[in-house]
Amino acid sequence: MPLDPAFTGRSYPPSQPYDVSREKIREFADAIGATSPAYRDAEAAKALGHRDVIAPPTFAIVVSMKTNETVMFDPELRLDYSRVVHGDQNFTHHRPITAGDQLVCVAHIDSITSRMGNDMVTVRTEISTVDGELVATAKSMLVVRGQDA
Amino acid sequence: MTVEVGTELPALSVRLTRADLVRYAGASLDFNPIHWNEKTAKDVGLPDVIAHGMLTMAVASRIVAEWIGDPGAIVEYGCRFGRPVVVPNDGEGALVEVTAKVTKDFEDGTVKVNINAAFDGKSVLTGAFARVRVA
Repeated sequence: MPLDPAFTGRSYPPSQPYDVSREKIREFADAIGATSPAYRDAEAAKALGHRDVIAPPTFAIVVSMKTNETVMFDPELRLDYSRVVHGDQNFTHHRPITAGDQLVCVAHIDSITSRMGNDMVTVRTEISTVDGELVATAKSMLVVRGQDA
Repeated sequence: MTVEVGTELPALSVRLTRADLVRYAGASLDFNPIHWNEKTAKDVGLPDVIAHGMLTMAVASRIVAEWIGDPGAIVEYGCRFGRPVVVPNDGEGALVEVTAKVTKDFEDGTVKVNINAAFDGKSVLTGAFARVRVA
């Protein structure tokens, strides 16, 4: 059954704060084979003008994961998770995610469209500090494959 | 740093093995079994286990981070997931070849870098780009 476009514009409650740690950033940097010292060495990061080690640009997906799951498993939206494919992804960084940040995510459904039997859902997650400073915006387009697709 | 449109970034070749996929699953908390379980992958019509699109995207970001020096200079990064990177159960894994080029000067201290990530001779990320602060 196609998704109801009336859910466009729906916003979700703010997530619990996510505490960004040096160790999680290091673990993520190791997992993607990244070599930049700014991900691991606080002194190197400070020399570049950062407060502490910074996270790779796609680390925002880890921070926003719980919030995105809230959307995907929203019982009213009735999205069939087993048919979901990640269509595209975009991150805008107002500043890099930095160790020590406490980040809150708020998800919004920006659009729901249908094409050739597939539904396309764009979820925008605004990532801010607990003090309200906007840090990053993550936009994910999910494709929900139709029964015949 | 002066960056001219047309500048090619140093190319990057990355091999992704099953072990890399398991490690990324743990680090990213994305435990979808199509990234580590052959049976599940084949049951949904894939040829074999595939890499997380987000892992390929993360690996491709390295070409920019390693070129610019300060990964914090990447102010925007986006792509579409065009094709999967199929990762066989052997020691070799899948070879992802990343190239990138400066394609536009926004004249506000940032430039656009177009990124290509190829597997098996075909592009796997579509329209991948980064907007990078250079001044």
